[in-house]
Amino acid sequence: MTIQEIYQRLVDRFGADKITGINEKATDPWIEVAPAAIGEVAQFLKGDDQLALDSLNNLSATDFLETDAKLAAKFPYQPHTEVVYHLYSFRRKHRAVIKVKFDRWKNNEAGQLPEVPTVSHVWGIADWHEREAYDMMGIHFVGHPNLVRILCPDDWEGYPLRKDYEFPEEYHGVRGQ
Amino acid sequence: MTWIEGRFEENVVTTTLEQAMNWAKQSSIWPMTFGLACCAIEMMAAGASRFDIDRFGAGAFRATPRQADLMIVAGTVTYKMASRVRRLYEQMPDPKYVIAMGACTIGGGPYFKHGYHVVKGVDLVVPVDVYVPGCPPRPEALLEGLMRIQDKIKSKRIGKGVRELLPVPHHSGYAQSPEHIQG
Ligand code: SF4
Repeated sequence: MTIQEIYQRLVDRFGADKITGINEKATDPWIEVAPAAIGEVAQFLKGDDQLALDSLNNLSATDFLETDAKLAAKFPYQPHTEVVYHLYSFRRKHRAVIKVKFDRWKNNEAGQLPEVPTVSHVWGIADWHEREAYDMMGIHFVGHPNLVRILCPDDWEGYPLRKDYEFPEEYHGVRGQ
Repeated sequence: MTWIEGRFEENVVTTTLEQAMNWAKQSSIWPMTFGLACCAIEMMAAGASRFDIDRFGAGAFRATPRQADLMIVAGTVTYKMASRVRRLYEQMPDPKYVIAMGACTIGGGPYFKHGYHVVKGVDLVVPVDVYVPGCPPRPEALLEGLMRIQDKIKSKRIGKGVRELLPVPHHSGYAQSPEHIQG
């Protein structure tokens, strides 16, 4: 199936308020899904006989923010965070990219982690990928069975790959800067 | 032992205790087996047959800090690892020496600016005797660093009230005693 057909199938099933858009021009064409709906959409993407996207190649997160005041004027994006799911179907031999876009902080209050439903019960590999996204980007995957840091130490403060992350002054007595 | 055969009459050889001890120590610096990142590959190369760190008596990589004299910190020290490095250092018996190998260990190296997780120099964690720069340093450079450790051991004095002088590396490759500055 082409990305257009996959998109059409999703819209027929979930409607346009859950499947919010498609970008066919990109090198990796993507479909945009509303954050709250990603759980059920993921179930469908894997379980549906036509789609059968049984393999999650990659789950990653990106932070869109320009902290430099001068450059921010020309920054072409609204500040936001994305989670990107790269999917492949071994049976149907097609692929799809799903994106979920949301505010950098929940309710725009700094420090409140944004929430996205987990897909770890659909694709098992998402378990560790989501832990990494949580560790680095501070995204709360609701319903994840074990959402703890995977790379940084448990008592690490902040989420290092966020654009506005501040480096630690010291960590356990070791000077940082 | 061909180089020493036939050199002496059947006799007693005299030397100072200091020299004999230093000679024994400098010829058996046992490093600890651990590498933290890419520099460890060069360290392994230094241990393998082409460069052969065993020529200096330092090829017996020990798997426990209790048997090691030398800690070659080869690679990027992260904050998470720093406390472990410190503990390993403390577990080593005296006298112990530390080589900081590579740009990362000396001062953060390529991760100085954007490495949120990298300690900016292992000397913030353990005292360092010899710094070996490079990214990664060639095995020859590590051997050079080892020789500087040997120089340091050679300058050890055990006599009562004797002042120890740290040798200064010279561009000729040999170490010399420091000049006395009259003040
Ligand atoms: S100094 Fe270079 S080669 Fe050595 S650990 Fe750091 S990045 Fe790797």
